[in-house]
Amino acid sequence: MQDFAEAFGLAFRLVLSGDGDLIEIVLLSLQVSLTATAMSCLIGLSLGAVLAIARFPGRNAILIVVNALMGLPPVVVGLLVYLHLSRAGPLGFLGLLYTPTAMIIAQTILITPIVIALSRQVIEDFYMEYAEQFRSLCLTRRQIVQALLWDARFSLLTVALAGFGRAVAEVGAVMIVGGNIDHLTRVMTTAIALETSKGALPLALALGIVLMVIALGVNAGVQGIRLTASRLAYA
Amino acid sequence: MRESAAFDTLTSTAVRLGATPALLPLDVRGLTFRIGNKNLIDGLDLNLDGDGITTIMGPNGAGKSILLRLLHGLIEPTGGEILWGGNPLTKDTRSRQALVFQKPVLLRRSVSANIDFVLSARNAACVGRRMDLLDLVGLAEKATQPARLLSGGEQQRLALARALATEPEVLFLDEPTASLDPASAHVIETIVAGVARRGTRVIFVTHDIGQAKRLASDVVFLNRGQVAEHTPARQFFEKPRTNAAGAYLAGQLIL
Repeated sequence: MQDFAEAFGLAFRLVLSGDGDLIEIVLLSLQVSLTATAMSCLIGLSLGAVLAIARFPGRNAILIVVNALMGLPPVVVGLLVYLHLSRAGPLGFLGLLYTPTAMIIAQTILITPIVIALSRQVIEDFYMEYAEQFRSLCLTRRQIVQALLWDARFSLLTVALAGFGRAVAEVGAVMIVGGNIDHLTRVMTTAIALETSKGALPLALALGIVLMVIALGVNAGVQGIRLTASRLAYA
Repeated sequence: MRESAAFDTLTSTAVRLGATPALLPLDVRGLTFRIGNKNLIDGLDLNLDGDGITTIMGPNGAGKSILLRLLHGLIEPTGGEILWGGNPLTKDTRSRQALVFQKPVLLRRSVSANIDFVLSARNAACVGRRMDLLDLVGLAEKATQPARLLSGGEQQRLALARALATEPEVLFLDEPTASLDPASAHVIETIVAGVARRGTRVIFVTHDIGQAKRLASDVVFLNRGQVAEHTPARQFFEKPRTNAAGAYLAGQLIL
């Protein structure tokens, strides 16, 4: 218990002193997860909107698959991406394995179903309210999707942040495709796993604290945006 | 509000139409709309010609709002046909019509952005036109406010401005003043009367007998999903032809 308290003290000193290794790991984590979130939103929000307004045979089956994929185990995603990017894999010639790009790809695959499923639900709720008005205005499907994405922007930001939270906190996929290489692909979660296994608790705890602060910051940001949106009657 | 000036800037229907085939007359034959085993519109026949304000009246459940939605193509009839200018209802026909709902559905944007949305959807985005429309409905000073923070009357006026932004040849209104105070209702009535004078055909559902007397050129009285009578407004209010209409005007429950 005493070691634990001591480790906490060391962790806070590392955070407060702006330790170089710590900052490097945190920045890489943010870079990878924010890029993956942006990619997922680019793909997922439009697909979510189309699924929200379109009615076609097999739509329900697609919804079931997308919802099921929300629970994709990160290690499975990591393994699939590894198989594709390894030298013997179909995309091996790109030489992406054990690079931040591979980690971004893995996280994008991991969180895109989350973005699609949640945005579909959000946009469908908006569409239920607007559908008759849009039909009366004779809008094209493209105009409807654009209008819904814009009007649901505050709710969709929550969706994006949910995806970011999932990405920044996962360890399995980035460990497999990134390899946890020091100064190259080491991110917060893989570093925590490594330092804990080595018994180097201070750095592991310091990273854990930063991760928690980021999680709290994300939630506070979401809450702030929602309150602002409600106040402005945009929500 | 600079009503007359704002009206002057709106394109009159006659100028707008050019070589486009006219939407009117409207010819409805044997129109039926069924849900489950109940005909909410039951073999309805109706003819409307080129101008004026037609008021659709009738007791609750008579099918007034459903009829508007059928005429505008928001829902598909179970049977019968709707001919606008002798042609079936198409997307082009619908794009030349607009409907103002009883409960306005406004986008989560500013007042001016709600107008801009429609103008740009019709490739007619223009600040001057937006301001003319907002002037017309007395909302120019609230252009930058969030639309959903407007009062009920203001929201309905914005919905009307948005409908007018499409320059409709036929304007449907589904009890647009049902939950408004008399002053707000008066503003809506003034705009609707002005729009009708400019050549837009108005088809207006209301329960407000005073309002119908003020606005209507003719009245379609619906009962049980059928047209019980369609007569000039003066005749309808002075001497309705059917017992059901008489009872309705006398405030009696129609069973």
